[in-house]
Amino acid sequence: MEKQLQEQPMLENICKSVRRDVLRMMHKSHSSHIGGCFSVTEILVTLYFKILNVNPKNFVDDKRDILLLSKAHNSAALYAILAEKGFFPKEYLQTYYQDDGKLPGHLNKKSAPGIEFSFGSLGHGLSVGCGMALGNKRMNNPGKIFVVLGDGECNEGSIWEAAMFASHHKLSNLTAVIDYNKIQSFGSTNEVINQEPISDKWKSFGWKVLEIDGHDHNELLNAFNLPHENSPKMIIAHTVKGKGVSFMENSLAWHYKSPDDEQLKLALKELE
Amino acid sequence: MRTAFIDTLRELARIDDRIFLLTADMGYSVFETFRDEFPDRFLNTGIAEQNTIGVAAGLASRGKIVFVYSIIPFVTMRCFEQVRLDLAYNFMNVKLVGVGAGLTYGPLGSSHHALEDIAIMRSLPDMTVLCPGDPIETRELIKRSYEYEGPVYIRLGKNGEPKIHPDETRIEIGKSITVLEGNDLALITTSNMLETGKKWVEEWKQDGVNVSLISMPSLKPFDSSTVENLIDKEIPIITLEEHSVIGGLGSIISQVIATTGKPVKFQQIGINDKFSHVVGGHEFQRKKFMLDKKPSLKFIE
Repeated sequence: MEKQLQEQPMLENICKSVRRDVLRMMHKSHSSHIGGCFSVTEILVTLYFKILNVNPKNFVDDKRDILLLSKAHNSAALYAILAEKGFFPKEYLQTYYQDDGKLPGHLNKKSAPGIEFSFGSLGHGLSVGCGMALGNKRMNNPGKIFVVLGDGECNEGSIWEAAMFASHHKLSNLTAVIDYNKIQSFGSTNEVINQEPISDKWKSFGWKVLEIDGHDHNELLNAFNLPHENSPKMIIAHTVKGKGVSFMENSLAWHYKSPDDEQLKLALKELE
Repeated sequence: MRTAFIDTLRELARIDDRIFLLTADMGYSVFETFRDEFPDRFLNTGIAEQNTIGVAAGLASRGKIVFVYSIIPFVTMRCFEQVRLDLAYNFMNVKLVGVGAGLTYGPLGSSHHALEDIAIMRSLPDMTVLCPGDPIETRELIKRSYEYEGPVYIRLGKNGEPKIHPDETRIEIGKSITVLEGNDLALITTSNMLETGKKWVEEWKQDGVNVSLISMPSLKPFDSSTVENLIDKEIPIITLEEHSVIGGLGSIISQVIATTGKPVKFQQIGINDKFSHVVGGHEFQRKKFMLDKKPSLKFIE
């Protein structure tokens, strides 16, 4: 625990840097989805800097852990982290969403090293993760599979097909995280389609379920490290859409807006 | 065709342990032998086709060669977006095997008919589309699809179709097979209309009309050069398919003809953009859609 507490400032600094990169990417590209990028930042940073067995120098190693960002509209956060981690040069980030750029709005595995699978339409990642986890199990491959889902994404029926499949096959090498930021594309998540009691739903589907603060690195670390021997694990991470920039937090508008020059300046100041 | 498929797959599975078979709860009295011989490489994923395709993609990404089996509408249309993104866009080594070409499942109704599958599957970039017409084409194209690394759709008929080709025939992806030669007309068939096509060509021969019978199991990639040769020789062409006239064999050949810019007499036989609302078996449905009716050759006189 003491070691974890010492690591907290390091992870917090990375998160700030990631958020600053995302801000600049969104500002330059005038693209959407900054709110979800900020809600998922701690989840992805904890995974990439503390949990995943991945090596930017050998990113196709057969025994590596695999992270699937099923809510692929938050690709910008993943790009910033992969660049920070050394999978590709930081200059790539400047080409996000640009004509003839390297990094597209949604994930394309051909775009840059470290992108494990192409996603964009919601509800695909958990099934693909199930197949990977099953494959690794059958081949005694120690690689673990992590899938990051959106809360709105769980409206998709395919998520629940995969939920049944994963527990039926006792995919103990599969961990999913819901970035539960409570806001989806055109309304509050639980006003659009109520998912509560969300923990009970996943528990009744046979998953080991933890509910945590998705911005607290220690809670994230403990949740990721908790063993689960006979079932897949679901981490319901309570988060704040737009987290880290006061005027973006908990706002539906920042699902779509990108910062103008003035807002960029203000936001960067908050993230110093 | 179904027996040829499972027998060939079992043979391949014996020599290659990467082969994995998924079924979305179909295959009663078909897959028991495979399941018993390879219990670790067979999985019934349940009546959940979207998830099944995603799981297939995940398994393929970990090095498996995955065959997915179901009735055609459920392995193509129900999960079309998963096929488009998880398999085609991600270029996964997954083979979709659909059973029940065209009106095969006659009395079950239009939900179980497959009259638009070729059109939608062809439209996907990086998807290979194979429609065998007899057990030999099935055996050969299952083998070729295993050898080829990438997503493939294989459209099967049912069980019990007669062998049209000699046992030793080798069939390639992207190539047609000329079954009978004749210079008065070419009848080009795909999928499960090969048997009917052969019957017609033999009957025409008795009437003194020499017709080429060409089987086109590979609709993508497509053997355009064989069709271009016919056009160059000004041989009239009839296409025959148990599929909508939109987007199948007839559409492909229309496009080939138009691209050459040369005149050639052409007739397209298929399902004329209609659902079936009648009750009845395969042969009955074919009659209703006039697929059993040998066309008049007045148009080539």
